[in-house]
Amino acid sequence: MSSTVAEEIQRELIQTRDLGVTEEGERLIELQIGPTHPGSGHMRIRVWVDGDIIVRCDPDIGFVFRTIEKLSENRIYMKAIPLVERPSLLDTTPMTIGYINALEKLLGLEPPPRAKYLRTILAEITRIASHLYGIGILAIFLGHSTGFMWGFGDREPFIELANQLSGARITYAYVVPGGVRRDMPQGFPDNAEKALRYLENRLEDWYRIFINNPVIERRLREVGVLRKNDAVRLGITGPNLRGSGIDYDVRVAEPYEAYEELNFMIPVAEEGDAYARTIVRFEEIKQSINIIRDALRKMPSGDIIHPQIARMFNPLMKKIYEETRRVKFPGLFASLKPPKGEATARVEAGRGETLFYIVSDGSPKPYRFRWTTPSYRNAILFKYLIPGHRLADLPAIYGSLDYFPPEADR
Amino acid sequence: MASQPQAGAQASQSRSQLAKALEEILPYVSSALKGVASKVETDKKSSAIVLEVERDKILEAAKTLYTLGFDHVKSLTGVDYPDRGVIELVIHIGSYRRGLRRVMAILRANLDRKNPRAPSLVGIWPSTEFQEREAWEMFGIVFEGHPDLRRLLLPEEFEGLWPGRKDFEIPGRKAGEIEEPWK
Repeated sequence: MSSTVAEEIQRELIQTRDLGVTEEGERLIELQIGPTHPGSGHMRIRVWVDGDIIVRCDPDIGFVFRTIEKLSENRIYMKAIPLVERPSLLDTTPMTIGYINALEKLLGLEPPPRAKYLRTILAEITRIASHLYGIGILAIFLGHSTGFMWGFGDREPFIELANQLSGARITYAYVVPGGVRRDMPQGFPDNAEKALRYLENRLEDWYRIFINNPVIERRLREVGVLRKNDAVRLGITGPNLRGSGIDYDVRVAEPYEAYEELNFMIPVAEEGDAYARTIVRFEEIKQSINIIRDALRKMPSGDIIHPQIARMFNPLMKKIYEETRRVKFPGLFASLKPPKGEATARVEAGRGETLFYIVSDGSPKPYRFRWTTPSYRNAILFKYLIPGHRLADLPAIYGSLDYFPPEADR
Repeated sequence: MASQPQAGAQASQSRSQLAKALEEILPYVSSALKGVASKVETDKKSSAIVLEVERDKILEAAKTLYTLGFDHVKSLTGVDYPDRGVIELVIHIGSYRRGLRRVMAILRANLDRKNPRAPSLVGIWPSTEFQEREAWEMFGIVFEGHPDLRRLLLPEEFEGLWPGRKDFEIPGRKAGEIEEPWK
């Protein structure tokens, strides 16, 4: 009798803790990975393992949920510019471009060509920095410490480059409605060329030590295979989608800023495994180098802010703008009231497509501010991609997805 | 490694071509959704087709859009209008197909604010699974038929209902305090 009671208790425990039983009658073990994750941030991955095979995976996100949407709805439009940069610290400019594009659609403003090119250049600089960061994180997940150090080290020239252009290392707040905040400093094209050449040389080293490294290859090849139709079904975006053979990129599908005038390719790999995703990131860095070169070559001259806004400058602002090519905000920005309506803007950020949907009711604050980020859309992969793999493959898959928890939680 | 690069400049569509594509796709969508959508219009700024449907026609409209080739959801959310007593469900749907990827479809439906219920679209677009969980915890929209409707972003111990709605008060703070923390 006692055994039946014990069995009953055990069965109840199994049910209440949501544990399954394998065919051999053994219990599945629930493992909690996180929330203080030794990698790239704060999320909890609950996995149920049978031996060391993962049978179920439940990503528990939201540990760095900052309520950006609600905060933006309680602030004036200008205050949302630094706010949208915070969640994805390595990839800030595409996010501000997305927000400002949506705002410009509401306002009916079209920035001057030079501003568009400057925005494009900064967006590509952050894309390179973001990919290098992602690759560095993947490297340390695989125990490849050199890749981690190199990734963060090679990011440095590009952060410096962005610093020269915008005056800040990470959070630039460079894009403003109708233009950009500062013009390109003298000598910037030469410095950019230096940084690009440095990275081109380094990429050869990267291929030698990382991509063509047999250990890395074995850890990543045929691991975490995302098939084409699954990628579409789950709405995956960014390099993860292109690693599965779909050449979708917002820069081509719905070009914004200066992309329609620039020459670049969309790298695609067919395999869909972790290795393919990593290679796509490296190839994208090469394309970003091309884009920056092409944009610097084709850079038009002229204003960096829409004349309609420049007309509102007071004499001091005008003097500063003419002497140093810096934009000071006219008073209008403090009480910017877009007309009633709504606008959607999509932009290709480093990790994929980001979408802004803004509803304006004619007041100085957005009525509704909706923002989906690439990591948010890719989070579903943890649930559907990881089961079936060995526990030791989890870091490799996690790293290859370039998932960034703060960006997903917003 | 089978890299199939696609030339950006050649494949890229200029803005005028985007508007043309929108005009080309619109008749197909509006004829397919005849009798389902109460309003079909284009939003040229956002290069999107905006569809308004009744609550009980959401599923039908979603199925039709799926067969037209709109294969994933980019954003699913609610917009709260307390004065109208309505929560608007707004779904941004996109496609990865070559011809359709230039446009988005925006599906909108009004839900009753007192008891917002909508059919779950996970069966049609699995990409909505986490987004529906977020819309539920923020706006209280119950998605009927969702396999796993629980909190996504909010902490387990969070108290208070529907923080995405307009009448939600941020606990412990009065209006204006956030704007001037130094006072």
